[in-house]
Amino acid sequence: MPQIQVSHSAQSNGNGELHLQKHTISILVENKYGAFIRIAGLFAAKGYNLESITVGPTEEEDISRMTIVTRGDDFVMEQIVKQLNRLIDTITVLDLTFESFVERDLVLVKINTSPETRSEIIQISEIFQAKVVDISPRTLTLEATGSQQKVDAIIMMLKPFGIKELARTGRVALKREFQGDV
Amino acid sequence: MFVHEQSLKSQRNGFPQSKQVMQGGKEMTGSEIFIQCLIAEGVEVVFGYPGGANIGIYDALYGQSTIKHILVRHEQGATHAAEGYAKATGKPGVVLVTSGPGATNTVTGIADALMDSIPIVVFTGQVPLKLIGNDAFQEIDIVGITRPITKHNYLVRDIRDLAKTIKEAFYIATSGRPGPVLVDLPKDIMAQKTVFEYPERVELRTYKPVLDGHMMMIKKAAEVISQSSRPVLYVGGGVINSNASDELRELAEKLKCPVTTTLHGLGSFPEDNPLSLGMLGMHGTWYSNIAVSKCDVLIAIGARFDDRVTGKVESFASEAKKIHIDIDPAVIGKNVPVDVPIVGDVKRILTRLNELVSPLKTEEWLNTISEWKQEHPLRYEQKKELRAQDVIQTIGKVTKGNAVVVTDVGQHQMWSAQFINWLHPRSLISSGGLGTMGFSLPAAMGASFGRKDVPVISISGDGGFQMNIQELATVVEHNIPLKIFVINNGYLGMVRQWQELFWQKRYSHVKLSNPDFVKVAEAYGCPASRVTHPSEAEQSIRQAMEYNDGPVFIEFVVAEEDNVFPMLPAGKTVDDMLDNPELFLPQTNGRTMFTLEKGKENYAANPSFA
Repeated sequence: MPQIQVSHSAQSNGNGELHLQKHTISILVENKYGAFIRIAGLFAAKGYNLESITVGPTEEEDISRMTIVTRGDDFVMEQIVKQLNRLIDTITVLDLTFESFVERDLVLVKINTSPETRSEIIQISEIFQAKVVDISPRTLTLEATGSQQKVDAIIMMLKPFGIKELARTGRVALKREFQGDV
Repeated sequence: MFVHEQSLKSQRNGFPQSKQVMQGGKEMTGSEIFIQCLIAEGVEVVFGYPGGANIGIYDALYGQSTIKHILVRHEQGATHAAEGYAKATGKPGVVLVTSGPGATNTVTGIADALMDSIPIVVFTGQVPLKLIGNDAFQEIDIVGITRPITKHNYLVRDIRDLAKTIKEAFYIATSGRPGPVLVDLPKDIMAQKTVFEYPERVELRTYKPVLDGHMMMIKKAAEVISQSSRPVLYVGGGVINSNASDELRELAEKLKCPVTTTLHGLGSFPEDNPLSLGMLGMHGTWYSNIAVSKCDVLIAIGARFDDRVTGKVESFASEAKKIHIDIDPAVIGKNVPVDVPIVGDVKRILTRLNELVSPLKTEEWLNTISEWKQEHPLRYEQKKELRAQDVIQTIGKVTKGNAVVVTDVGQHQMWSAQFINWLHPRSLISSGGLGTMGFSLPAAMGASFGRKDVPVISISGDGGFQMNIQELATVVEHNIPLKIFVINNGYLGMVRQWQELFWQKRYSHVKLSNPDFVKVAEAYGCPASRVTHPSEAEQSIRQAMEYNDGPVFIEFVVAEEDNVFPMLPAGKTVDDMLDNPELFLPQTNGRTMFTLEKGKENYAANPSFA
């Protein structure tokens, strides 16, 4: 199990919701003032779980894509999708969970190192195809990209060395072009 | 995480490129454009209050006569007046206030309009764009404050976006499920100039309300209905918003299906029709609640399964297949699982449904319901002392449905729902979802500007009346022929009722020390009188109804401790319903009658309330 949870939510009430199905929701919104805060605010106001939320530009200048990872039963998920659709600034809302999709999460992690541990850390990073992006006599900063599970795994492997600082993007995702058998 | 935002561009949102230039492409200031937009929207009246940040707009209002501006005495009054106007007419209500405190004072009214699906457009002045974020004088982030309580809101950041934004604001407020929209107008933007072009129509790629119900679902609904022998129509304010009362009556009469309404549904179906069950829910009729609990098909139309309607939600209509017709997809399946969801405009859906259904065999069901009606009618005992129910029933008797009645919130509101025979849509205006005390007087004032065909009556308690009492000045200034009735029991009656029934009569801070209301009304310049005896009530109400030269005020001094019955306590089921103990019948037809004592026992066992 990952030791470090990515959580931006005051209302994600710890372990109580962890047994619920995780959902990845991809939302296209108007790139307008306040669109992001409307969506984040909706999760806060309605008390929905929010594990991660990302937003960035898309191929179209006036549209942003948000990727939200949340947990909830079918009833709650239906409400989340409906409430997101109800916001004037949302263009489309797609729950990717039951589709085939690609996902990536990126982490920058600064680890305490000594001459004895440095090579072991680099070995671990090679297994995960992570890159060393910064180095100092006492620290090493790695960049790792992959699925959330992979990022969780490298964090777990690095934890015994002492993680000094960590920054993680949260999940971004896109639906696969080919769904099912090709 | 990274957030990128950029300022609005004028050519967003796929507006038609060929805009009609209404004013011949004349260059105008933002304030002048604002006025022209309101004229283009057909706005008759604006409720507002000037200040530093909107002074330019007020300057543009000066010397024009197309838009009537009503100077309220508090900005909350303006929002409620706009709500009252919108509810009474079906047209959007418009509010214009200044920044800072002017804007924050509108918050309660905006929230009220969101909860009750009322189309209002609120324009707030704002400090100049370059001062935003500087903690300037009377600066507040009203767009941030109202984001969760508006259907949508805007900060206009570019003069070229102004007309388009106003057009969108009116469109969003009035289309789909209606609601409040706020537009924040920085002072410097309103002073800039641009060529005025008012878009002919709005095309938002992100917002296209579904109006025509899915035909397959409508057919499915007709099929489910055809197998019913114990149907109930559960009808909310959506029927009135959609102007679908005729279609509703056709459906009910064709099916021979009883109709119960929510508070906001009152008037959508005439209560003198034998199929009417009156209101359901916490203070609904006994028989409507029983009928819903025993029905086999529940047809919910423009209603949202609010907790004050359902009580314990798992037990609500638990034997019934549920059909839910609503324009807002998010309310379908929100509180109660639904068998047949139909998203769309009620009027359009009912028109199609009416073509597909045929009469049901409901004679036995209707007979059973009429027995329930006889066992537990809505009634109260007349006493020597004047009771609020006397006053309200008399108002109903005198007006015979030909009035707009605007209530406040509390016991008198529930008695009004119960003891007035509601016959016409838009004849009851009340704050339901938010339950805003102080709503009645300003809302009735707003309704008066929209409705000249029938008298407008404001009913308040002594508590709520004092929450927006300042609007008496506005009413007197405009000599509005409003009937202002205050039912004074010296208590916050509904809270006192809960304390009596469920909190061992510990009357914590519910006794009101009141001013002399007659003197207060007279000080504002309103003719006023006081009624203390049952024998005087009818005569006074008749006199007030006949007086048309301006406002008239009557204070009714009524029994201090009185309760609204029936009562289905919060979170409980029909089995826990309390009926009027004065009229308790020990046994009828072998069914156990639930007494106040039994209800109290239930509460002692589980004293949890919503």
